[in-house]
Amino acid sequence: MKKLLLGDEAIALGAIHAGLSGVYAYPGTPSTEITEFIQGNEIARERGLHSRWCTNEKTAMEAALGMSFMGKRALVCMKHVGLNVCADPFVNSGMTGVNGGVVVLVADDPSMHSSQDEQDSRFYGKFAMIPTLEPSSQQEAFDMMEFAFDYSEKQCLPVLMRVTTRMAHSRAVVMVKDEARKENEKNYDAAAANWVLLPANARRRNDKVTAQQAQLEEDAAEGKWNNLSGLTGKKAPLGIIASGIAYNYVQEAGVELPILKVSQYPLPKRLVRELLDSCEKVMVVEEGQPFIEEQVRGVFESQNILGRLTGELPRTGELTPDCVAEALGIPAHRAEIPSLVAARPPQLCQGCGHRDVYTALNEVLKEYENPRVFGDIGCYTLGFLPPYKAIHSCVDMGASITMAKGASDAGQWPAVAIIGDSTFTHSGMTGLLDAVNENADITVIISDNLTTAMTGGQDSAGTNKFEAICRGLGVSEEHLHVVVPLPKNMPEITQIIRNEINYHGVSVIIPRRECIQTFKRHAKEKKQ
Amino acid sequence: MKTDIILCGVGGQGILSIATIIGEAAMNENLYIKQAEVHGMSQRGGDVQSNLRISSNPIASDLISKGGADVIISMEPMEALRYLPYLNKEGWVITSSVPFVNIPNYPEIENVKKELEKLPNVICIDIEQLAKDNGIPRSANVILLGAAQKALGIDYDKIEAAVRRVFARKGDAIVEANVKALALGKEAQS
Repeated sequence: MKKLLLGDEAIALGAIHAGLSGVYAYPGTPSTEITEFIQGNEIARERGLHSRWCTNEKTAMEAALGMSFMGKRALVCMKHVGLNVCADPFVNSGMTGVNGGVVVLVADDPSMHSSQDEQDSRFYGKFAMIPTLEPSSQQEAFDMMEFAFDYSEKQCLPVLMRVTTRMAHSRAVVMVKDEARKENEKNYDAAAANWVLLPANARRRNDKVTAQQAQLEEDAAEGKWNNLSGLTGKKAPLGIIASGIAYNYVQEAGVELPILKVSQYPLPKRLVRELLDSCEKVMVVEEGQPFIEEQVRGVFESQNILGRLTGELPRTGELTPDCVAEALGIPAHRAEIPSLVAARPPQLCQGCGHRDVYTALNEVLKEYENPRVFGDIGCYTLGFLPPYKAIHSCVDMGASITMAKGASDAGQWPAVAIIGDSTFTHSGMTGLLDAVNENADITVIISDNLTTAMTGGQDSAGTNKFEAICRGLGVSEEHLHVVVPLPKNMPEITQIIRNEINYHGVSVIIPRRECIQTFKRHAKEKKQ
Repeated sequence: MKTDIILCGVGGQGILSIATIIGEAAMNENLYIKQAEVHGMSQRGGDVQSNLRISSNPIASDLISKGGADVIISMEPMEALRYLPYLNKEGWVITSSVPFVNIPNYPEIENVKKELEKLPNVICIDIEQLAKDNGIPRSANVILLGAAQKALGIDYDKIEAAVRRVFARKGDAIVEANVKALALGKEAQS
């Protein structure tokens, strides 16, 4: 059957068709639509596949390992920075190995359309010594899922599948199978000791997985996802190594050159050598950081390996068909945007509660010398931009509270943290416990819009639980406030903020009003 | 056939529904499709665009090359100008004439229009007024699609059938409103 699918949707459907038993994920652009698709899919509902959102990527990865422990197939989805949050279970999953197949789907965001950095997840795959896949088309993404789960079980290792924004968020026609494979039966086949990473067991596993690498590399060389083509028997002036979606940009340029397409790692050195031997020079075209290029170059300068490190391709940022074509010697189309066109940055929605929170906060902070506001990850990061210009930091999920504490330790006052509801449960709670334990002189604002708004309105793990969580962590009752962020409540809100800044200890203010986007959606659903 | 289309506007203006209709029509015609969208932070009132490529032959890149677009369909006049480097020499710009002013430094609308008038192939329509006058205020984006139809390389009745399929689950009234919008757009461009 033919379907028009986003890359994310092709991945989701591929996983369902591969006999998935559960997806575990925290929303993050550009990976969110995978889990959303599974939540809405008929087969998934009939089978009762697990698809509820997790509190963060670490809890997601660990739950997936638990499902694998029981012999079933689990998918874990996240954006690239989410892999940092679950790095501990991710890397250790290479040591435990798996029973039921585990695929870790990580969506990288080169050029940072919606992110804080452009880290390349393929490094994590190599680091954890687990096989890595990088589809070049939506069809390949669909087809690869079944392979990924089979291969994961065959090698007893999790498989990392890395996609980038243009794959995740681009639609194409995909041929899908009519039949979905059955789920695995529950079993206890896993070698029990693999799951207990005491040093003696971990050492044994480490030897095993290290020894397995040669086989994984040979599989990548032999398998259908990597392909060396265009060799003529004569030495070509230029050959190409292109991975994942970058392969398409080379195809688009329409050049006829020997080309090694790479979609499965470890990097098959045998094929690389074959290409190098038949070309004067080789250009490496890859989306993200120079992962393949550095491996091919080694530590020495080589005039024969071209790519991001030598300036033929831009050192950072997303590839485009234009920059790839230019690197291949095709003259670029030159045209300018008319100078009157003004930048139009994203902004908080009209009617958004975060707006009222920033209005109140700014009004109060005017009264102090050098106030500092530590921000976090979410829509409210846009409070950095005019007209609010309200935050001084945004580093990673949860860093608002801990940075405010550290700054306070260093003598900063007022030190205010502003964090969203979903970000707070993702990674803010532990930091709040640190602050409570030392009664740090900080004011924490948990701006609760009852959803994970930035990624499109997914459930937020702590909804209806925030006061209880704060009390449980030891925030005192008299310094815990809930307000409704609306212009009419400004006098009350500003007075509470002022009082709590002047209180020299931990206080938590929870402005709570539903996200205007989900509010509109819910109103529409009611009408229908 | 091969048509490379850039759809653009401001987050929330409904460019993805236009893409859905074209995609539906193209798939029904057994054409190859690639459509790159923008999700996430930029959807919040910022500039948004989608690259939509349809072709009777396989398509390699999800993104359109500079100078490669055959059509720019824009829900906002200044946003249409933002993507001009992608337009080919014979390409068409089909845009709403109604500015969406959510930034303090939005240029004089007269200057935006002058810039548009410099283009050889441009259709600039007040789709919002047209939609209001005809009692279909929520279908302005489909009026724009109707105006763009000729430039797409897909027959009008195929697009109309796609409109019917895409809106079917929302009921007859909404289907008819959008079919009417499509016809209004077609009329407005000729």
